[in-house]
Amino acid sequence: MVNSTLILVWLIPLFPLIGFLLNGIFGKRLGDKAVGIIGSGAMLFSFIVSGYLLLNYLALNQVGAEFHSTLFSWISVADLQLSVSFQVDSLSLMMAVMVTGVAFLIHVYSIGYMHGDDGFARFFSYMNLFSFMMLVLVLSDNYILMFLGWEGVGLCSYLLIGFWYEDDKNASAGNKAFIVNRIGDFGFLLGALLLFITFGSFQYSEIFSQLDRFSVGDGTITAITLLLFVGAMGKSAQLPLYVWLPDAMAGPTPVSALIHAATMVTAGVYMVARSSFLYVLAPTSMTVIAVVGVATALFAALIALTQNDIKKVLAYSTISQLGYMFLALGVGAFSAGMFHLLTHAFFKGLMFLAAGSVMHALANEQDMRFMGGLRKKIPKTFVTFLIGALAISGIPGLSGFFSKDELLWQAYSSPAGGFWFWLVGAVTAGLTAFYIFRLIFLTFYGEARWKPETHAHESPNKMTLPLIILAFLSVVGGYIGVPALLGGDNRIHHYLEANLAKLPVDAAAHQSHSLEFILMGISVLIAIAAIYLAYVFYVKRKELPDLTAAKLKRAYNLSFNKFYVDELYDFLFVKRLITISKWLWNKFDVRVLDGMANGAGKLITVTGWYVRTVQSGLVSGYALSLFIGSLLMIGYYFFR
Amino acid sequence: MTPPLEYYLLFAAALFAIGVAGVLLRRNVIIVFMSIELMLNAVNVTFIAFSRQMNNIDGQIFVFFVMTLAAAEVAVGLAIIVAMFRNKESINIEDMNLLKW
Amino acid sequence: MTESLFFIFAAMAIVSALMVILNRNPIYSAVSLVITLFSLAGIFLLLEAYFLAVVQIIVYAGAIMVLFLFVIMLLNPGKEAKFLSPKNPRIFIITLLSMAFIGMIITLVSGSVNYIGEAASSTGDLGTTRNIGLTLFTKYLLPFEIASLLLLVALVGAVLMTKRHLR
Repeated sequence: MVNSTLILVWLIPLFPLIGFLLNGIFGKRLGDKAVGIIGSGAMLFSFIVSGYLLLNYLALNQVGAEFHSTLFSWISVADLQLSVSFQVDSLSLMMAVMVTGVAFLIHVYSIGYMHGDDGFARFFSYMNLFSFMMLVLVLSDNYILMFLGWEGVGLCSYLLIGFWYEDDKNASAGNKAFIVNRIGDFGFLLGALLLFITFGSFQYSEIFSQLDRFSVGDGTITAITLLLFVGAMGKSAQLPLYVWLPDAMAGPTPVSALIHAATMVTAGVYMVARSSFLYVLAPTSMTVIAVVGVATALFAALIALTQNDIKKVLAYSTISQLGYMFLALGVGAFSAGMFHLLTHAFFKGLMFLAAGSVMHALANEQDMRFMGGLRKKIPKTFVTFLIGALAISGIPGLSGFFSKDELLWQAYSSPAGGFWFWLVGAVTAGLTAFYIFRLIFLTFYGEARWKPETHAHESPNKMTLPLIILAFLSVVGGYIGVPALLGGDNRIHHYLEANLAKLPVDAAAHQSHSLEFILMGISVLIAIAAIYLAYVFYVKRKELPDLTAAKLKRAYNLSFNKFYVDELYDFLFVKRLITISKWLWNKFDVRVLDGMANGAGKLITVTGWYVRTVQSGLVSGYALSLFIGSLLMIGYYFFR
Repeated sequence: MTPPLEYYLLFAAALFAIGVAGVLLRRNVIIVFMSIELMLNAVNVTFIAFSRQMNNIDGQIFVFFVMTLAAAEVAVGLAIIVAMFRNKESINIEDMNLLKW
Repeated sequence: MTESLFFIFAAMAIVSALMVILNRNPIYSAVSLVITLFSLAGIFLLLEAYFLAVVQIIVYAGAIMVLFLFVIMLLNPGKEAKFLSPKNPRIFIITLLSMAFIGMIITLVSGSVNYIGEAASSTGDLGTTRNIGLTLFTKYLLPFEIASLLLLVALVGAVLMTKRHLR
């Protein structure tokens, strides 16, 4: 059965594409106002279409229905038949609505934030291009089109991180993001190619329909899933490929919010969820994902404890939360991971935008040591930021609570999970609550430490309105997934589950409800305790942080210097690479390659030197050859 | 008794060869030009000889057109020589070597 | 009678043609060329090309050669220096090539294969002005008109090229 409205899916990425083209080509001439309207208008239309399709999809009342809409044939070589075609199902629609919705809000916010920037039109065209690519990524129905979007968002991420390219630091941050991502992309591509070799197709449905002939733990599937996960590691900033994300904060704050918090970095999570049918066949990969996820969550949270840059804290927080999502995926709770992805998009997008608003108020100050006491100056930003912080800390009633709780419960109860996963997750939750409230207290409480001449002011409505909407979503977003325990029916789970794989045994049902209650209570208590601790540390007794840092000097330095990972990579890879590159440049390139190129040139010069004497310019010489030629022709004709 | 066609053809060939030799040997552009006229006339002879052989007037009409062409060619060619002489103060064909590398 | 006339004219033409290319003085060359053209006119007569024989004298020997002489006088190039030094290998090569050409034609016309066939019987009025005119203005009317156009273009071109200052 084909529902005619779902065929309209191609409209969703079309609007951002048009916006990109208009702003990219005519941007300078249109003027900032028109550019802003086109940029956000494109996203609004796209959001309306996605929402409309979602409603239609829900109205179908067919759980797990899939629709394919083929636009045109893309690559057709021998056995390889690729088309640009979109898949509409619960997963892609959820992502599309989330991406377009958040992107729309952030576009509106950007009109205010980027006001007066020279690259205003450039910014909006990149943002539209990013949205287009992201939508291609989530809507695609095969791995290659997904890869196109995957690379496309990577490109836009690079362009936007280095948006203020006049500063070398920003440009090299962009390079770093691009290069680290490429390592992951290489894995993704290998995985996709291996998929093609194994299944003869790139299309999800065709691949998944052939899975019957593979047993659990099949070697090829394990290899494929691990390779794909390498791609996800790069894009979603997991250990050990996370290093680019903190540096990516060099871009404008809306970019950090949209690309490096809400959407692009979740592409890896989406991709793993999309391939869930493959992953359930590879328990080894699942374990790897869970371990990497939980390790990243803890690791990034530890670093976030001591960072002073407001955006860096949020960046590490993002890495940590992405680790959470992978933990969920790794234990087989795909819908829980997607649920957390959704709520995280709301509250992390919100916090980034709010941080942008704080920086806006303080003339682009990013260091929290020079903030403080902003509660009264920028109340709207404060309240919304607080809501985001409460949500991420997992305070009951807000969206983060539901998704995090679901996630931790799954980590404990799933057959692939275990107590240790839960424990590390819960500790990380405590750390998260601590560092995020450290941020709140340092920024909004205490005495003002900013320069007195700075005129701290609330941001314009264009910026605060998206904050309010996102704050609202951060509050209510969780109610689509209220667990059965609390009298809900976990709607998002039922909505998603048909398009996601399930682990062979559903063990969660066997666990007692009381245990779930107890674990939930513990994690809430940890969060509240952490918030109180942060209050004591940064509001009540301000000498405590320094004392603790002095006592735990080693640990503090480790965290403050981000566990020296950048230095380690620099030592292990970058220096080596530079040495090898220099050798190649000096020896191989200059001698062999240039020698070959120059030799070819020289050969032609020398040959030309001799041959050109034929072109003497003397008429009689030409006449002579003409005569000889005609003699030969006559001779050949008559005497052959 | 009329001489056979072969005589005329041989005569024309000799004339043509002389013309070619003139073009290739001489450096004076005007003489080169005259040699070209010689070659044209040699061809005319063959045309007319064949015209007589076939008893067909078309060959002679052709010669008529060749003459027209020769007249035009001489006019333009000599004009070029005059213009060239003005520029280079020379009618030596070896000075006219601008079309080289 | 015709045959001896042919040999006389042919000999005259060949000798004067050789003088054209061998003479160092261009004036002499031009005069030799006039003699060649006259001899050719004689040969045309032998071949019943009466009209063309007259045109040969009037147009070629008359108009064209006058133009040549005029240009020679105008430019006054003088004698060519040392154009026939025996050391020059060019002379040898070119003579050889010319001989090869003539040899080729000899082999051709005396070959076993008869490319030519029997001569058609003569009506005696083949190349009269009347016949030429009839053919030219009926069958070849269009080429004739185009030839006139060609002459016009050559005329304009020659004038343009010899103009001192082109605008």
